[in-house]
Amino acid sequence: MTTTIESKPESPSIASNVRGYAERVRGGDMGALPAVFGLIVLCTVFSILRPSFLTAGNFANLFTQGAAVTVIAMGLVFVLLLGEIDLSAGFASGVCAAVLAILLTDQGQPWYVAVLAAILTGAAIGTTLGALVAKLGIPSFVVTLAGFLAFQGLVLLLVKGGTNISIRDETILAIANKNLPPVWGWALLILGVVGYAAVQLIRARKRTARGLTADPISLIAVRVGALAVLGGLAVYFLNLERSRNAAVVSLKGVPVVVPIIVVLLLVLTFVLRRTGYGRHLYAVGGNAEAARRAGINVDRMKITAFVLCSTLASVGGIIAASRGASVDPNTGGSNVLLYAVGAAVIGGTSLFGGKGRVLDAVLGGAVVAVIENGMGLMGYSSGVKYIVTGSVLLLAASVDALSRRRAAATGLG
Amino acid sequence: MTPVLELRGIDKSFGPVQVLHDVAFSVHAGEVTALVGDNGAGKSTLVKCVGGIHPIDSGEYLFEGKPVHVHSPREAAALGIEIVYQDLALCDNLDIVQNMFLGREHKRGIVLDEDTMEEMAAKTLEGLSVRTVKSIRQHVSSLSGGQRQTVAIAKAVLWNSKVVILDEPTAALGVAQTAQVLELVRRLADQGLAVVLISHNMNDVFAVSDRIAALYLGRMAAQVKTSDVTHAQVVELITSGRSGDLGLTNGVPA
Ligand SMILES: Nc1ncnc2c1ncn2[C@@H]1O[C@H](COP(=O)(O)OP(=O)(O)OP(=O)(O)O)[C@@H](O)[C@H]1O
Ligand SMILES: [Mg+2]
Repeated sequence: MTTTIESKPESPSIASNVRGYAERVRGGDMGALPAVFGLIVLCTVFSILRPSFLTAGNFANLFTQGAAVTVIAMGLVFVLLLGEIDLSAGFASGVCAAVLAILLTDQGQPWYVAVLAAILTGAAIGTTLGALVAKLGIPSFVVTLAGFLAFQGLVLLLVKGGTNISIRDETILAIANKNLPPVWGWALLILGVVGYAAVQLIRARKRTARGLTADPISLIAVRVGALAVLGGLAVYFLNLERSRNAAVVSLKGVPVVVPIIVVLLLVLTFVLRRTGYGRHLYAVGGNAEAARRAGINVDRMKITAFVLCSTLASVGGIIAASRGASVDPNTGGSNVLLYAVGAAVIGGTSLFGGKGRVLDAVLGGAVVAVIENGMGLMGYSSGVKYIVTGSVLLLAASVDALSRRRAAATGLG
Repeated sequence: MTPVLELRGIDKSFGPVQVLHDVAFSVHAGEVTALVGDNGAGKSTLVKCVGGIHPIDSGEYLFEGKPVHVHSPREAAALGIEIVYQDLALCDNLDIVQNMFLGREHKRGIVLDEDTMEEMAAKTLEGLSVRTVKSIRQHVSSLSGGQRQTVAIAKAVLWNSKVVILDEPTAALGVAQTAQVLELVRRLADQGLAVVLISHNMNDVFAVSDRIAALYLGRMAAQVKTSDVTHAQVVELITSGRSGDLGLTNGVPA
């Protein structure tokens, strides 16, 4: 093939990166744009209409409010990447929370035993769902809809019909109710920013040394700077005193769930972007037959994705149990699943498979939490909240479907 | 010289439908073997049996003279057999490098070694004199048909393979791109690889092949040297399974 000889690829500048990004957006790959835009608009509107939205206390609330749904959404990203769905994730989290509560409160087990049992319950649920989908070939929609109903019943049976099991274990309660000492917040932020900068710089240097195109230092500086500023603002606000009566009890610091979510985000992102397993998940979602021919065990990918999803749902259940300080038949029920699916899709994960990031769950989870929180402050009833959240989910799904059509039309993807 | 790849007496059925009957097929290093036959003759099925996509019902499968059993694409790849499928089998949501290494990623520990893969992909594409793609980090969905074909072929030759099988690589291509792919096919054989080319285009077949194997309704009608036959004879083999004293008599090989 003798065609135009092209010189070495131009080394990318900030400008060419921006141009590339704009091109992708125009081609239909909106990425995180709608979620970020939505967050800015929602936050602005709520702060104007309800000044109490902008208080330090409410800001901290947002994190604990959105945490469970965000973690469940992280798990859903893995299943959605394969073009599958897990409608049972909400009640699966409820079942796991019930297992946790029974072991802690009824059986008096230590917290780590209860947590381990809850997580293993999640893994077992995921294995079952995944095997039914992969080995029997039942559509995941049907399998998990059956699970949705069955797990709802299971929660009812576990908490003995309608009563609730309260949780008194200090460690579990700390997850969603306690805060890090303010110094820790700063220390972790600095660690994070320095670590991020180091990883980026080392990668760029390695690639330059091998003569490959690398991100320019200026772009890395912008990214690291953005992380430092946003993270710094967040830690600053979370470290403000938010107790009404600080003399009696002081309430400040980064909520304990925040580092938990950050660690999950980092670990899961690493799995998706840097390991063969993650690469194969994308491949199966993009073209299952091509993946099979490349020697990838598609059934195994499906089963493990469901296992990850249900396991993360169990973590979500533990967080929900901590926040509510109890487990009742509604834990993981009502809107939890739809909020979680909504979070993933609003964040930019495609319902058609092959496209999505763990970060999507966090961004989308933030949007959902802001809507829930802001509308609560405005005094709207649950009914209105449901309708608005439903509409936002529909909007996100439309953006997804439209960008797919656009991508098909422009040939970008 | 023993053929690199030799099949004897291959039968293959899908449920009640027998698609391949007692097929014999051999492929030699340094040669382009054209596999021809009408639509539905069983060319793609034969290739998928070779590639471990479909299990064969019965028959012998010899690689470099030794009998082997190939049950999965991985096993075929381990022998050095690479197939470029008719439907390409690329993942649109992955980039060129990711597609080329799919299922066989280079790793350091558990971490993907992106840099090494990128270098090797670039070198392979360069070795094939492919310079039409803008960036090898481009998603495959943004490539033209010819470029996708090139990526699929590059993926097949990346692995120091011994046998490369191309299922209708030029079917969707324009004149110029077809010429490029055929040139590439010839170059692979000249480098010592055994190449199998499936094509419906007789001009292409006669332009690059050393041998021609004609399938007729799931049976191997004849496998001949390209220089020993004419266009008309090959067309006759394809359409009726025989031509003069070549081909099948009463449905069985002469
Ligand atoms: N997976 C399958 N299940 C059942 N029948 C199949 C399957 N794959 C192929 N066949 C049948 O086997 C026969 C041969 O098909 P094959 O795809 O091998 O033909 P081909 O020679 O490649 O044709 P073409 O030139 O159109 O690509 C056809 O009758 C087809 O319907
Ligand atoms: Mg075919």
